[in-house]
This record gives sequence, C-alpha cells and structure tokens, in this order.
Amino acid sequence: MIVLESDHVHNHYRPALQEWDLAEFTKTFRIDIIRVSPMAMEFDVVGTDAPIANALRRILIAEIPTMAIENVFMTNNTSVIHDEVLAHRLGLIPLKVDPSQFQWKGDADPTDLNTIVFKLNIRCEANPEWKEGDPVENRLINDRVLSSDLQWEPQGGQAERFSESPIKTVHDNILVAKLRPGQEIIGELHCEKGIGRDHAKFSPVATAFYRMMPVIAIKEDITGADADKFARCFTPGVIEVVKEKGKYRVRKARVADARKCTMSREALRHKEFQGKVALMHDPRHFLFSIESTGAMTAPELFLLSIKQLVQKCQVVKTALDKLTDEAES
Amino acid sequence: MTTKERPGDASLKGLTDPVSAVEDKWHLLPAFLQVKGLVKQHLDSYNYFVDQELQQIVRANQRISSDVDPNFYLKYLGIRLGMPERSDPLAVDKSYTPHECRLRDLTYSANIYVDIEYVRGRQIVIRRGVPIGRMPVMLRSSHCVLTGRSEAELARMQECPLDPGGYFIVNGTEKVILIQEQLSKNRIIVEKDGKGIIQASVTSSTHERKSKTYVLVKHDKIYLRHNSVTEDIPVVIALKAMGITSDQEIALLVCGTEKEFLEKFAPSLEEASRLKVFTQKQALEYIGGRVKQTRRFAAARRLPSDEALEILASVVLAHLSVEQLNFRPKCMYIAVMVRRVIATISDERLLDDRDFVGNKRLELAGQLLSLLFEDLFKKFNSDLKLNIDKVLKKPSRTQEFDVYTQLQMHGDHITGGFVRAIATGNWVLKRFKMERAGITHVLSRLSYISALGMMTRITSQFEKTRKVSGPRALQPSQWGMLCPSDTPEGEACGLVKNLALMTHITTDVEEGSIRRLAFVLGVEDINLLSGSELYSPSAYIVFLNGEILGVTRTPGRFVANFRRVRRAGRISPFISIYTNTHHHNVHIASDGGRICRPLIIVDHRRPRVTVEHVKMLSEGKMVFDDFLQQGLVEYLDVNEENDSNIALYEKDIVPETTHLEIEPFTILGAVAGLIPYPHHNQSPRNTYQCAMGKQAIGAIAYNQLNRIDTLLYLLVYPQQPMVKTKTIELIKYDKARTLLLQRYYLPAGQNATVAVMSYSGYDIEDALVLNKSSLDRGFGRCQVMRKQTALIRRYANGTFDRVADPPRDANGDIPFKFQKLDADGVAAVGDRVFPGQVYINKQSPTNTNADIGVGQNPLETGFKATPMTYKGLEPSYVDKVIFTNTESEQALVKLLFRQTRRPELGDKFSSRHGQKGVCGIIVQQEDMPFSLQGISPDIIMNPHGFPSRMTVGKMIELLAGKAGVLKGELQYGTAFGGSKVEDMSRILIDNGFEYSGKDYLSSGITGEPLSAYIFFGPIYYQKLKHMVMDKVHARARGPRALLTRQPTEGRSRDGGLRLGEMERDCLIGHGASRLLLERLMVSSDAFEVHVCESCGLLGYGGWCQRCRSSAHMAPMKIPYAAKLLFQELQSMNIVPRLILEDY
Repeated sequence: MIVLESDHVHNHYRPALQEWDLAEFTKTFRIDIIRVSPMAMEFDVVGTDAPIANALRRILIAEIPTMAIENVFMTNNTSVIHDEVLAHRLGLIPLKVDPSQFQWKGDADPTDLNTIVFKLNIRCEANPEWKEGDPVENRLINDRVLSSDLQWEPQGGQAERFSESPIKTVHDNILVAKLRPGQEIIGELHCEKGIGRDHAKFSPVATAFYRMMPVIAIKEDITGADADKFARCFTPGVIEVVKEKGKYRVRKARVADARKCTMSREALRHKEFQGKVALMHDPRHFLFSIESTGAMTAPELFLLSIKQLVQKCQVVKTALDKLTDEAES
Repeated sequence: MTTKERPGDASLKGLTDPVSAVEDKWHLLPAFLQVKGLVKQHLDSYNYFVDQELQQIVRANQRISSDVDPNFYLKYLGIRLGMPERSDPLAVDKSYTPHECRLRDLTYSANIYVDIEYVRGRQIVIRRGVPIGRMPVMLRSSHCVLTGRSEAELARMQECPLDPGGYFIVNGTEKVILIQEQLSKNRIIVEKDGKGIIQASVTSSTHERKSKTYVLVKHDKIYLRHNSVTEDIPVVIALKAMGITSDQEIALLVCGTEKEFLEKFAPSLEEASRLKVFTQKQALEYIGGRVKQTRRFAAARRLPSDEALEILASVVLAHLSVEQLNFRPKCMYIAVMVRRVIATISDERLLDDRDFVGNKRLELAGQLLSLLFEDLFKKFNSDLKLNIDKVLKKPSRTQEFDVYTQLQMHGDHITGGFVRAIATGNWVLKRFKMERAGITHVLSRLSYISALGMMTRITSQFEKTRKVSGPRALQPSQWGMLCPSDTPEGEACGLVKNLALMTHITTDVEEGSIRRLAFVLGVEDINLLSGSELYSPSAYIVFLNGEILGVTRTPGRFVANFRRVRRAGRISPFISIYTNTHHHNVHIASDGGRICRPLIIVDHRRPRVTVEHVKMLSEGKMVFDDFLQQGLVEYLDVNEENDSNIALYEKDIVPETTHLEIEPFTILGAVAGLIPYPHHNQSPRNTYQCAMGKQAIGAIAYNQLNRIDTLLYLLVYPQQPMVKTKTIELIKYDKARTLLLQRYYLPAGQNATVAVMSYSGYDIEDALVLNKSSLDRGFGRCQVMRKQTALIRRYANGTFDRVADPPRDANGDIPFKFQKLDADGVAAVGDRVFPGQVYINKQSPTNTNADIGVGQNPLETGFKATPMTYKGLEPSYVDKVIFTNTESEQALVKLLFRQTRRPELGDKFSSRHGQKGVCGIIVQQEDMPFSLQGISPDIIMNPHGFPSRMTVGKMIELLAGKAGVLKGELQYGTAFGGSKVEDMSRILIDNGFEYSGKDYLSSGITGEPLSAYIFFGPIYYQKLKHMVMDKVHARARGPRALLTRQPTEGRSRDGGLRLGEMERDCLIGHGASRLLLERLMVSSDAFEVHVCESCGLLGYGGWCQRCRSSAHMAPMKIPYAAKLLFQELQSMNIVPRLILEDY
C-alpha cells in the first residue's frame, strides 16, 4: 500500500493566499495547555500555520542558550576513559542554572559573570569496612563517577548571587565514568553559555516538536463486528463503539479522541473500511510538546522561545523599515 | 521473536511435540564451537605437530655418526617442546606472557628439548633435556600459557578472553600462517590437458621427496612419465621392469577379462615387443638409458639398470613403498592408473574435477612448520656432523670430546630459521626445492571480525594473475564447508576462501590400525590377487589414502560395517570411507587436511538426535563429544558427503536419507554470519559486506587499551546490533550466553535511526546525510591510535644513542619545537603534540664505525640530533609511553598517539548489506525531518540505493529493528530463519505504527509534513576505517624528487597531483598548448640549459666545453628530465644534438 493520498498528507495548504487578518487571528488563535510539569509540557496551538509552530520548535532546539561544560582542565586522569571522551561526556551533563544570569563569553577571559567552575576530584579506593558477604556494590568507594560528584566552586560574587539556588547538575545519577581502586580523576570544569546550534549539549530541550491534530472522518457508518475491528485498528481510546439510539440499536464506531491517534493508517489496509474512512490532519491545530533537559522549566522555555521569535521578527522588521526608507529616499 | 529462537523454551516445548522439538538441534552448534572453536583447525594442527610429528621427524633422522671415528655416534632418543620462556639466561622468572612479547617486540617461543645418547671417549652418555633451539608457540595451543586459564587469570596476563588464538608472535608482531589449499597428495586424478591428452597423474609425497607421476595416452599408446626419466616410458616396459614380464599377466592386470579394455591396450603391448623389450633386464636397461643424469659427482657410477631399479622403487610413485623389491603393489597401482585412463578415453564423464573440494587438502600451520622443522633439523644435524668430524679429525685433543658442547653452539640455526620464516612468510625448503612466499600475514586487528576472518581464511596456491574461472567458481561441493559469500573481490576472487562455521580440518591418523581393520572386515590382500579378481564385476578395490589395500566383494556391507565401527568410537571419527560406484572403488581416507563437518545421523527416517539429547545438552549433561561418542553425530568429509543423502530439514527426510543438517545457516562463515537476513539479499551484496565488515571500526579485544599496535581504530560508543544473528552470538561479536551466562561484547557499529528519503541533494551517489546533534552526542565518534618506535642503539665501537632533555634558547625558554618534551626527553603522557613538535629527542653519535681510543669516553665522540618529529595535519595526544628493552638488550621506546575523531564530511559508513556511502553533508538537528514522536533521524539515506542493489535484507533489518525497539528486545536476522516480517509488522501495528515501517515525517525546515511516508527506523551502521582526515591532500608548492627535480609522489611525501597521460591527451585534444607547457614543464621541472648552436650539445654557464667557445650559446628551458636523458644518452656514446631555430 503505497498511497500518497492528498487528503491525509498536506503540505500544499496555503492559507496565506487569503489576506491575513489580525482581528480574525486574535479571535481564532488560542493556546490550550494540556499538561504541564517542570520537565515537560504539552499544549495545543490552534489557529496558526506550520511555519509559526516550526519557528518555535527550531528556536527551542537551537537558539535558546543554556550553560554547559565547555572546557575541562584535567590535572590527573588515571581512569580507563580517555581525557577527550571524559570531557565529551561531562559536556553533555545538563546543569541547573539560569543562563540569563550569565554573559556570553566568546573569546573573553573567564570571569565570574561568564563562567561557572566545577571541580571533579574523585579517587576510587577499596572499602575498608567491606566484609565477605556484604553486597558487592559496596566493595569499592567511588567506583562510579556520577554527575553528583561535580562540585560547584563559586567564583567572585557567584556564591552570593546564587545563594538561593546553588548551581548544580540537573540529575545527580548520571554515570560519567567507572573507576577501579587507585584510579583517580582530578580536574576543573569551566561552563559557558552557548546555544544548541553550536553543540547539542547547549540545547535546552531533550526535544521539542509538534504534530497536527488528527482528524478521523468516518464517511459511512461502520457497524457491528466491523466496528470492533475498526476500533482495534487505532490506538486504544481513539475509536469507541457505541450502541445507536433508536429502533435497531446498532453498534457503531465513533471517534472518541482523535488526539490519541498515532496515524498508523491501519484502518486503510482493510477492505471493509475502504471508502468509509478518511484520515486527515487539521493543519491549523498543533499539538506541541516540549521536554526540557532541566536547566529551565518547560513553560519558561516556551516563553523564552516566543520572546526570541518576537526579537527575530523585530530584527527583520527594522531591516525592512530601513530598506523601505532607503527605497523611498 | 518466535519461540524457537529462545533457548529456554526449547525443553518445555520439546516434551510435548517431539517432531518440531529437534528444531532446537542448532544447540549442537554452540556445543560444537565450545569444543572446537573457530580456530580449532589451527590449534589442532599445531598440537599434532608438536606432540606427534616432532617425534616422527626426529625418529626419522635419529642417528648422527662420524666419517672419521666409526665408534662415534649420537642418537636422539626423544624430543619435546617446553613451555614458553624467556631466552634471557639471567632471568629469575623465566615465564612470560604473550602480551609482554607484543609490547617488547619479543618472539613468543619455547625451547625445544631433546634427549640424546652419544659416545664420549669410551663411554656412552645419555643426556636428557638438551635445548637445541627455540620454536615459536601458537597462542592458545597446548603449549601456550594461556590455555585452560580462567577469565580472571587471562585478565591478569592482560589477555582478552575472546581472542581466538591460533597465531604466533614473532618480534612483537602477530603473525598468522594462513590455511593453504592444495590438490590432494597420493591420489590418482584423471584429467585432460590443454592438447586433449588424457592423463592420470599422482603427486606422491613422502618425508623424503615429492614427485609427480603421469600415465598418459599418446598415439593410442600408453606411457609413463616422470621427472627423473628423460622421455616417456611405454607403460608396458615400466611394468616389465618391475618384474611382470609376461604380456598375458600385464594384460590381465590392466584389462581384467574385458575385451574393450584389451583392444585399447593392445597397441601398448605391441610397442614393447616392437622395441624388443621382453625381459625385466631389457626393460631396466631401456629405462636406465633414459634416466636423467643429475647424480652428484661424488657418487659412484652405477649400472643403468641398477639406477632404473632404484628409481622405480623409490622415486616413481614414491608414496608406495617397495619392500624387498616386492613391486607387485606398485604394478597393480600403475595398472589401475592405466585402466582409469583407458576407461576415460571411451567415457569422458569419468574425468576427475580438480576443483572438487574432495580433491583438495588444506595445509595448516602444523604441516608447514613440520616441513620447515624437518629441513632445519636436517641442516642442524649435517652442520653438527661437519663440526664433529672437524674436531675428531684432530689427532690430539686437550680435552675429551663432548658433543654436548657442540650441540649447544648450533641452537641459533633452528631458532633463527623459524623466526625468519614466520616473520617474512618465505618458506624455503631445500629438500623439495620449495620456495613459497606469502605464507604468513600480519594478523589484522582492525576489528574483532577481521581478526576472526583472518583465522578462517584459505589461500590457494594458484597464480592470481591467471584468468581461469574454474578454480574461482563456487563449487557445489563447497556446501557447508566453505563460505559461499566470503571471498574478496578482484584478482583474488574465488581463490581466497573462508571456512564455514562448522568446518573441521582433519589431522593425520595412523594407518596401521585402519589397515588391520579393513582386512578384518573382509578385504582380500592385493598381493594375493590377479587381474581377473581385481576387476571382476562384483569386486570393489579398496584404497587407503590412495594406496591399494585389496578387494572386497561386498562393498555395501564392508562400508556399512566400517562406518559402524567408526560410529561406535573404535576408530577416529575423522576417518572417512566412501564408495565410488563409477570406478568400482572404496576409498578410506585418514590423511590430514581434509575438510569435514558434523551431521546428525538418520536411520529409519528418524534422526538419532532426539529431544532428550538436546535437553541434556542444554542442561549441560552432555557435550558435543558425547554426541560423537554415542554415534548420534558424525563427521563427513566432502567425499563421504557424496555418498550420503543429507536432509536439510527434518520434514525433508525420506527413506533414503542418511543424515540431517545440524543447522542450515552454518553454510556461512563467521564474517558472513554478521549479516542479518542475508537470504533476502542479492548475493554479491553479502560478499561486499564480508569485505567491509573487516574494515569496520569497533571494539577489538578486551585488552585493546593495553595494546600498542601500529594502527588501532576504536569506536568510542560501540553498540550491539538491534537485529543480530545466531552467528553473532556464537562468535561473540556481541553479547553471548556461554554456559557461565557471561556477557561478552565486541561489536563494531552503532544502531542509527535511518530515514530513507532524499534530502538536500548532497546525498546523491550513496552519500549520507548525518545529523549534527547525533554527532555532538557521540555517534560515529572514534579513536585512532598510532604507534611510534625509537630504538636507542648501542654501536659496536662502544658509542650509543641517547635521549636528551629539551634545549633552551638564550632567554632560557624552551622553543615551541621541544615544548612537549619531559625532562627525560620524551613527550609527556596526556600532552597534546602539534605538527612539527619533537616527541622523542633522540641523539646519535656522529661516529659509529671507527674505533674510538681505549679509555676514551664514548660521550666525547659528539652527537648529532636525530629527533622524532610529529607529522600529520591534526595534533594528537600522547596515550602511552613505554621504555623497555628488546631481546638483544637494546633500549626501546614506544609511544602511542591518540586522536579522537568525530565524523566529518567524507567519512565512510556502511550498513551490513554491502551498502557503503560517505557523509555528504552534516545537517543541524532542527533542519532534520521529525516524526510524530519527535524523533529525528541520525542518518538520511537516499532511496536510490535500493532498487538496483536489491538489498531487501536491509529493509527487513529496519523493520525488525524498529519492532525490537518498540517491544524492548533484540530481534534475530539469522540466515534462513530469523524474526518473521509478519511478526514484526504485528508488533509495529500493536504499537500504533504503520505495518510497513513507514512514518509520517514533517520537514524540519518548513515545518510542513512531507508529501510521502518515510521508511524510518534503526539500521546497524558501521563506521569504516577510511576517513578523510587520513586522505586529504593538496599542494601548491612542495618538495621535489632529488634525481628528476619533478614534484614528489604521494601524500606522505606531500607530493603533487599528477596530470596523467589521459589528462595530457585531453589538453592536446583541446590544443591548449600553453597550458600543456605550463603543466608539464613550468610547474614541474623546468630547467635552464645553455645549448651550443654550433655543436648542438649542452654547455655550461654560457660556455661550450666541446667547441671551447662561448660564441654560439643560447639559453633555453627544457624539462630537467630531458636534460638527464641527454646526459644519459651521452654516457652511452649516443650524441643527442639540439638543433635550434628561431621561433
């Protein structure tokens, strides 16, 4: 079944052909928040087009700055992990720190305003208290280097500035390296501000994406055993089978919750449903999802992304104004 | 995943359903590999050599006597190989590990000890355990310190438990003696040569000599041809010379009572009488007159007839021994050869196929070393004898003569001979006039698979240049023995092969007991038979290793009985027996080098292996050898396979079936076993993958970070494949369950999420689009380790090299060039070394030849700087530094450089289906398409890669991989089995995905959905060793070659890019003469010469030496190479004159 039916794949939707109307937009546009937690949020963006949703998505992934370990000064590393690999792993650890509190470093010298310093000083030893019969995992001390082993070293005014929320890693159980007795890692880690476009470690989101609202149109009644089969073709909860009111009390398939649909297109495979169902999308209804890496909460990230979008629009606007000015003069 | 893939379910299911249960018979495969292992052939062969052949060789060359003193003798009583130990006589702890040898450039070898009995004065002395030399020890052989060690012990020796062994360590490099393929020895092969002449040939091979004997037809007459005779001998004369003088008897021996044969043979008989050869004496004289005169001058001249007798007895068909001039067996043999030739004339279907695997023998390390040792030992003995004679010749000696002291002086010959042969791969044997090169190869440690692949590789003695298709073609008889996929492309295609998974190669089995058994089972002795019995219609001639034993009249019963004895475990399981009904022959083979494999015995339509057996196997109550001992399973060689009816699956068993395959996927080898769903691929794709799997970067061994190899590629985050095969588990390319339920990992690749779609146009011609964020997160990240060595020498005159601390400039600062040096003069571990920096600041004495005065300080001779400078474009980190000394007490500094590389434009990747591609563009994650789950691909692959390649297996891999990810388990893509597409689709549907694996993707750039569903899921990708960083090269100006002054060639010398002949042709075609001139001369080797217009010769500085004038000199530009040519011609007395005209 290789069917590219235009009614369930859209990328030729061009509502912009109509005149864009602010009044109309303000009336129809809305954002419904479905689920929100510090680490993730889901919300609906209704009444706009894919480019706007995509702009937000792209900004979230690539343009919102965070702090991440950028330079590792290794004093000693006798572990089996090589310096570069260890540094790479350290860089990917998300940090719980508000990047707006810091300046861009660029090529400047590190100061307390653009750099956070962590210390990693860990040495593995045999546990002297361990006896035969104790759990094996207690046999060694520090045989696992975890993200919690990074110690923040406040610089200059940092201790004061961050007295309320001390800088730390988001998760304290990320495994960085494994050690054996006698091995040690000593180093100083410098964090900088950066954006996801330069390196994925600066991306504040695990991922941010959207999908369009599925639309399941049942053109013809699907009844009886077919209805059950039809329901099974979808993710549980998408289709419900109800008994029709009236004389015959027929069991009939009805769309219960299209949001849950994963677009498996399974229903289209079966002969009995041919022509009875159309799977489509609402091209102006986006189900947006943001998963934060933890530096900032998901709602914060969303607001930042909008702010960033506005800023970008303003840049374009001023440039356009300048252009038209020049053209006029 | 179907249940039959899961070992645990086997026993439960089996109890209720006996028929389908033996499906789990594949458990025999891990059991087999546990006993045999993948390199067992090498180990068996080496062990056999060390334990058996060594003694045989010594026994054959037991005695040394002196020409001077008849009372003197030296006799070897025994020989044995010790355990590997240091050669350093002062060492306290003599034991050492293979890894130490690798690091210190030593040879992993053990002493050869002999027990001797000799005459000292008037006494007979016996000495035991006298070392006569050292022999390299094969790793994991019976004499290796690693054998039988637990994993913990191996770890302590810094050895990888997954390392297969089977190779040698010589001067620190790992060397493999590849398996050599040869035509079998001592067997009659009837062939048609280029001129259409039918001939039967036998290559006889004994310890003393190798020779080839032919019986051929010429003008309807039959001749015997041999190298030691100048011309072809009529075969009747040869027979008469061997004592069968009556024509009637000869005719009977050749033709039996059949008239057709007699008619064809009659001309040969007539020829003998035409040549007037009737008696044995006449025949011997006839042959004696034609013997090649290659006698050494010292030997006394003998009668020609004696010489002929000697040759017939011991040179012609040398493998048949003639005892007390009893020529009868040899005559019978020749008669049989003649009969085969005559039979073939009328029926060409009786021609033998020399490419038939049953006619091949594989020569392994043991056999090759045994040849070498015998040669070295003989040389050792003859040298010893010469020395003994020299000493004994002296009329008066101060000391009583003791050979023991002499014996110890010659040790280097054997030691050096072994080391030289294995290190260079040149096998030079004086005895057989054999000179073979390329026997050994450096074990490729590019990936674990490449090392394994090397151990199963078979090379052929065939010339690679010859364009013959026969030996290269895939032979039907290779089934199950040699891998049909794993062969290189190009010139060695089909000549280099690989063993299949369950192949075993036999070692020699002693013949005596087999001979006795055959007679017990009713074979009539050849010596008691005449021709009429030999060829009576019911009689089958019984051969043992190509030698005629006798005749049986009940071949069916004889063969069945013989097999019964073998299955009962009374004789070696590797002895094969088969009936050749065309020739009325029964062949018993016990020689080494035959390829065989185990099969389940079937009788009365029932396989002997039952559910209970398999259950006991998985419970560990039985091992593979029990199956063999109990006669449930037996080894068949290729010839015996021909005599059997083998069912592929249990359902195929019919009344005629004799055997059942253990598992169909074992027809593939270890390397082809990596491919998931190979049975869905176009076959050359599997062959391509076999070549590429060996270039994949991954984990190499558990000791990979302790090794210091010249070049080592490692993947930073290797993963086990989502879709694996049973072979992968068995060879421990990946996680495997042994009896100890331990987990092993040595993979070479990563599971990449692949979207099959076109993107950006930078993906044409198989280029791949990579996701930058994936690279940021570690996808395809690899490390390259490179070794640099410096030998700190001591010279004969007492001077020595030294390593100096970094020099300082006037300000006391260390210049950039020396900044990375520690106080010891070697770069510090962990430091980053930039191009142009010195990492070993070595200095050598200016004078290493001349004597320096006695008492003079060698330091005063003066030193010149000979530093090692880092070359390369990118900086490296110093990973390791080793200071040690070699066997010759020279100090050795080894330094390991490390680079960590992330994939870049132009790096090569490949899936496991022969689909390679380079990275064409690296795209930001936000520009990548994303699925409804928010997943963006790691790799985008262009769909044009599919239609012409037909790698359906890759699509199924994606499907199975995706299903595996969704279900949280690994899937199997085992050949001729594996997870079913239908099941995979079901899993996808159950998880809300489309059944065919196609997802709904949105463009990351526009944000709109793509107008097609995209085939999307995980595929295992290998990063190949070819990286642009090692290949980028460009130059504007640079070094020139000394002689021609043309730009140098090659990247390593910063060479120029050649404008070749074809490019030159283009420029000529375009008439771009100025460009041509610029490219070929101005930018290359333009040189200004002064030409004398009067004599046309080259002058110098405006002066013509010939005309002794500067009047007519004209400067001009010619290529320096042209100038060289002129001078060279002049040196050969040819005068090139340049005649100049105005332009």
